[in-house]
Amino acid sequence: MAQPTSSVATPPGREDVPGEPLVVLSKVNKHFGALHVLRDIDLTVHRGEVVVVIGPSGSGKSTLCRAINRLETIDSGTITIDGAPLPAEGKALARLRADVGMVFQSFNLFAHKTVLQNVTLGPIKAKGMKKADAEAAAMRLLERVGVADQSGKLPAQLSGGQQQRVAIARALAMQPKVMLFDEPTSALDPEMINEVLDVMVSLAREGMTMVVVTHEMGFARKAAHRVVFMDGGQIVEEAGPEEFFTAPRSDRAKDFLSKILTH
Amino acid sequence: MNVIFDNIPAYLTGFLMTLKLSLVSGILALICGLFLAAFRVSPLTPLRALATTYVELLRNTPLTIVFFFLVFVAPQFGILAPLGFWTAVIALSAYTAAFVCEAVRSGINSVQFGQAEAARAIGLTFGQSLSLVILPQAVRTVIPPLINVFIALAKNTSVAAGFATVELMASGRRLATANPADTVWVLVGVALFYLAITIPAGILAGVVERKVAFAR
Repeated sequence: MAQPTSSVATPPGREDVPGEPLVVLSKVNKHFGALHVLRDIDLTVHRGEVVVVIGPSGSGKSTLCRAINRLETIDSGTITIDGAPLPAEGKALARLRADVGMVFQSFNLFAHKTVLQNVTLGPIKAKGMKKADAEAAAMRLLERVGVADQSGKLPAQLSGGQQQRVAIARALAMQPKVMLFDEPTSALDPEMINEVLDVMVSLAREGMTMVVVTHEMGFARKAAHRVVFMDGGQIVEEAGPEEFFTAPRSDRAKDFLSKILTH
Repeated sequence: MNVIFDNIPAYLTGFLMTLKLSLVSGILALICGLFLAAFRVSPLTPLRALATTYVELLRNTPLTIVFFFLVFVAPQFGILAPLGFWTAVIALSAYTAAFVCEAVRSGINSVQFGQAEAARAIGLTFGQSLSLVILPQAVRTVIPPLINVFIALAKNTSVAAGFATVELMASGRRLATANPADTVWVLVGVALFYLAITIPAGILAGVVERKVAFAR
């Protein structure tokens, strides 16, 4: 695996090169009461780039991910998406969120709607798509994530892995510019993790811009252009995945990796 | 006991007025209460403050005082509320809306927070998230407390008797005056007619609750 790495590495099998900046965070700060969860965060995600954010729990990585579509407000600094700063509450914010797909740790599928309705709700209500068109598109997406045969069921009737794949299809149905994944496999049984990661890897290969908060180092090695290591609300280290996992520069990253990779 | 059967027409007139008051006030209170609840969970601080103030003011004021205010105080500020059906409806629905709001709000709070986040994350506006994702899931939790509110409303309509609305209680009082020897039976009759509204309401609530159930 002795592959030359640059600051933005191209993992094996990936030919695509990231394009212009799409998500730009600049000097972002956030407090939860006395806790300073984000400290002067500067991060740029380019079009087509897959950025994996890792770090110990409480490091602020989830908050960072959620701040990008303003599920968490920030205290200072700026976040722009495709050149436009995040709007405050209101219709403009709703429109922006329609362009940013989000996948949650706990799936958060709409419990009272069928799998198909979960996927079509956004396109019909937020984008004004016709029901028939939305359903056709939704079925294609459900096919792609491998749960088309479950389309008439309620979320509670599906396994965790299936629910998370539906959640990915629901986010993709809005044709987002960027997809945010907030620990998408952390609530899954071990045997279901791979079915979700496979979907994410294929998304990455197709050139989707992704910000992924995860503990899945295998995914980071396979699909990431860049690994961002956070601790104590700060970005401690950024590197290509091979470089990061084989030769981390900071002591904190070394310590973190030694704890999770020894088993 | 014969006094009840002998005066069925008088009872029925009162009963129908009570039913009408309950239904009209109930529907108005439900609509106002839903909006108040939406305000109370809104991201806009002024709306939240407005709804909170309204709820605290109305639910902590005795209903009789609300009637008094409409009938005697409001006219002094140039707001003329003529005695009768609509004044009773306004007082009852304004009062009940505060309780509806709190019942609905408890239902909204019972829906997992992630549902609202997911709704916002796919680009739904606040109103859409509430009406398409949160409220449909809140219905099941809201039905039992809401039916309590409506049963209380049906009984609260009796306060209107003191303000020139001839509903069940007022009919009962007239019958009691006319039949002083049978006061107890007259009042038993009144109670039975209230039960004719409140018991079916309870049964209806059970049916609706089962109908809107879904697996979580």
